[in-house]
Amino acid sequence: MTGRPRGQSWLAAAMLSPTMIVLALVVFYPLVAAMRESFYTSGQTLDADGFVVEGERFAGLANYAGVAGERFLNAALNTTLFTVVTVGVEVVLGVAMALVMQRAFRGRAILRAGILIPWAVPTAVSGLMWKWIFQADGVANALLGTEILWTADGPWAKLAVVVADVWKTAPFVGLLVLAGLQIIPSEVYEAAKVDGASARQRFRRITLPLVKPALLVAVLFRLMDALRVFDLPYVLVGPRKHSVETLSGLIWDEATRVHYGPASAYGTALFAYIAVIAFVFVKLLGADLLSDVRARRKEARDVG
Amino acid sequence: MRTRQITALLALGASLVACGSSDPEPAAQGGGDGRGPITFVGGKFEAESVQKIVDAWNAAHPDEKATVVLLPEAADEQRRKLIQSAQTKSDTGDVILIDAVWTSEFAANRWIDELKLDTSAFLPPTVETGRYRDKLYAMPMFTGTGLLYYRTDLVKEPPKTWAEMRRICDEVLPKQKGMACYGGQFDKYEGLTVNFSEAVASAGGDLVDASGQPQVTGEAAKKAAQFLADGFKSGMMPKEAITYKEEEGRVAFQDGKLLFYRNWAYGYEAAQKTDGSSKVAGKTDVAPIPGLDGPGAGTLGGNNLAVSAFSKNKRTAADFVAFMTSTAQMRAFALTSSMPVATAAVYDDPELIKKYPYLPALKEGILAAEPRPKAVRYGDVTAAIQESAYAVVTGAKPVDQAMTELQAALGPLLQP
Amino acid sequence: MWGRAGMIGIALYCLVPFYWMVVSSFRRTSDIYDVSPLPSPWSVESYDAVFAEGMGFGRALVNSLVVAGTTTAVTLVIGTLAAYALARLRFRGKNVILALVIAVSMFPGALLIVPLLKLFTSIGWINSYQAMIVPSMSFALPLTIWNLTTFFRQLPQELEQAAMIDGCTAFAAFRRVMVPLAAPGIFTTAILAFIATWNEFIIAVTMVNDQDVQTATVRIAQFTGAAKFDTPFGTQMAAGVLVTIPLVLMVMFFQRRIVSGLTAGALK
Repeated sequence: MTGRPRGQSWLAAAMLSPTMIVLALVVFYPLVAAMRESFYTSGQTLDADGFVVEGERFAGLANYAGVAGERFLNAALNTTLFTVVTVGVEVVLGVAMALVMQRAFRGRAILRAGILIPWAVPTAVSGLMWKWIFQADGVANALLGTEILWTADGPWAKLAVVVADVWKTAPFVGLLVLAGLQIIPSEVYEAAKVDGASARQRFRRITLPLVKPALLVAVLFRLMDALRVFDLPYVLVGPRKHSVETLSGLIWDEATRVHYGPASAYGTALFAYIAVIAFVFVKLLGADLLSDVRARRKEARDVG
Repeated sequence: MRTRQITALLALGASLVACGSSDPEPAAQGGGDGRGPITFVGGKFEAESVQKIVDAWNAAHPDEKATVVLLPEAADEQRRKLIQSAQTKSDTGDVILIDAVWTSEFAANRWIDELKLDTSAFLPPTVETGRYRDKLYAMPMFTGTGLLYYRTDLVKEPPKTWAEMRRICDEVLPKQKGMACYGGQFDKYEGLTVNFSEAVASAGGDLVDASGQPQVTGEAAKKAAQFLADGFKSGMMPKEAITYKEEEGRVAFQDGKLLFYRNWAYGYEAAQKTDGSSKVAGKTDVAPIPGLDGPGAGTLGGNNLAVSAFSKNKRTAADFVAFMTSTAQMRAFALTSSMPVATAAVYDDPELIKKYPYLPALKEGILAAEPRPKAVRYGDVTAAIQESAYAVVTGAKPVDQAMTELQAALGPLLQP
Repeated sequence: MWGRAGMIGIALYCLVPFYWMVVSSFRRTSDIYDVSPLPSPWSVESYDAVFAEGMGFGRALVNSLVVAGTTTAVTLVIGTLAAYALARLRFRGKNVILALVIAVSMFPGALLIVPLLKLFTSIGWINSYQAMIVPSMSFALPLTIWNLTTFFRQLPQELEQAAMIDGCTAFAAFRRVMVPLAAPGIFTTAILAFIATWNEFIIAVTMVNDQDVQTATVRIAQFTGAAKFDTPFGTQMAAGVLVTIPLVLMVMFFQRRIVSGLTAGALK
């Protein structure tokens, strides 16, 4: 233990430094700059000739006042609800997709490509496509025989956004879980089969525990993405619609109206919110994310 | 060795952060008064016809050629790009095409320069959209206002007032299955601001009076809001109109689902198409929009040309603006594109009137039209208007409450 | 039977909306609002519009390929290195680094754009490929590192130890033994990173004004219809189909790699 760890930390530093350089350049700097912005105000006053007074002024916590406001809280609630619902559905659907994609049969390549199509369609285009499907005299109402105004502010808009988002991102979970499935040796299944375990038992006792690390990574990243979602509701339903305004949508709306101070303050608040959720997630389930899986693999064998 | 690299890296990170806290780039401010090649930045609409004008300029000015840079199609994206260029003091665009309602914001932030150009050839209301505090900052190029599209097979004389329109609908609609009376753009976006301010102006009022005070709790604004609220409640306006932008409503009108539709002039050609896409071809005409007690007043739309404050070749840029908006070029443009231009002579040109029969009605509409409120913080103003107007059309709030809230919201935004 | 029904259900859910996109792209502009299941008549009008002269859509596709390809390649190389170090090497502060890496994915991207634009303007990166590649790596890297770290952790340690006993250095053990074993994870991550970069819009539209460097998603946003308010739905759907096809081909090509790795019998 004396010599090697030291040698390994040099190797580790070498292997990690490219990543750190990239992250410092494109994230660390803009992130700190944006956070700093949340304490300043600019461009909000005019001089006698009608010109905007230049320069920025320290504003303390004034930009954070809106965090307690009705609009922010509504957006926070929407974001949380959206995240819980979409990620929940995506996990179920994604695991189902992975199981389907894993089965060996003719035409598997085509099915795999087919399942991944939704994720491959650019968000802007898919948003437009769903808007088209959900418009007042669109194909959704034609198929369902309804006259629902999906893109007007209201509960139906929430459903439209969830359907469109799950369509686009469930394949992401599916693909990551599929990769996780590949790491389970077939011998484990065979042994379980010999011992007479049913398909359901095999899924619950072997597949799920062994695929859990991959699934958790997928869920963690989906959580963080869902908490930051804005483009889909923005394109599909529109900006400033109360029923689907998310935190990132609110931030985007403030930033496009050149309110960088409040936008940055809300961004920092969202950052803190996501950090807490990610921390709790990793703390609660971190044993699976951060530890070696072989112990559990042995366990699975014993169960089988 | 590696420790030093890591320390250097950390130092780099720290210095980058330090960069952020002091404002860099002090030099570029002000641009330059020179001559030379320029870039024209605009949305892609009417790109081919615009390119023809640019080609004509380039042929005449080989040393001061203009290059066209295209922006995304969506107006919000264009605005974001232009503001970002201004914030980085980039001289990417020498001449920029801006929406008429952005003039005050761009001028007040010193992102565009004052222009000393002759504006006598344009329709007067369009020139007003290019002014900020009585100085010209943007040259009118495209314009437009709301027109009332109606069915000539069902309506003899287009209505002059809302009451007339309702009366005609009561007569016609019982015999027409699946047809509603009137539609406009009532989704929550800029179009709602346009339609709402049009209704207020048509009721004889103003959203903002001459001294810059909001007037939405006045008689006219309340009557206008009541007209919209009642329209939706009574079914005179179809409920799906709260999802209409220009195109959704145009398609509904062309499918025979609307007797009257408020839209810009561009819808005329599409409505008259005989390839089967329009069921109302040959049965459609346009008229000025109706009002409360008499003919209504539309809202002015349009796009103006401005010279970026960060341009290095401002003299060329100003010449280019004058060239593009010259009567000769605008007439040539009008011959190839149905986008209405601001040049007055175009509207009295017999050849053009033959091609676009709606021009006289459009001219009448533009001369009567009202600009949207001029505000440095127009983005906030329009958001506030949309908030209250959407509550009115969806029936979420009673008219009085919505207008009182709007009055309160607009007050601080319009402070000089 | 149950499995088959589920399979068909999933395939339908994934493909029907895309089918609608394809159908819409083959309608004429004038009957784009139809809801018939097949276009009548069929028309390639929208595709003609996409490839119209001066649109430069082919060029834009090449640019997308360059940006997404480079981003994916570089991300994978440096991400795999970092993931291996985090999974297998012994050093302090691992969790701090993992936390730093993932913190990147917690800040709303919209706010990073303006500072980044200022930075790139001052170092002269505007209108360059790297102005799109480097920021794109910032969202591809965290996923790569986290995913591969869990992957490497799950691989049995004995193999690597055996290789080292055979005289391999730690790095050689990594390159010769671990990377091939982690192939399913690496290819999966490659597909995800490529698609994410291929579809990126906001960075690309902000950092590049020059037509010759613009990517396909930016170009799609510039499509317009006949008039100012006329959204060219057919053209955008046609472009969407065209942008999606290369990805489908890539997935079909790489998907076989996803099932290699352990099933090849390396563990026996």
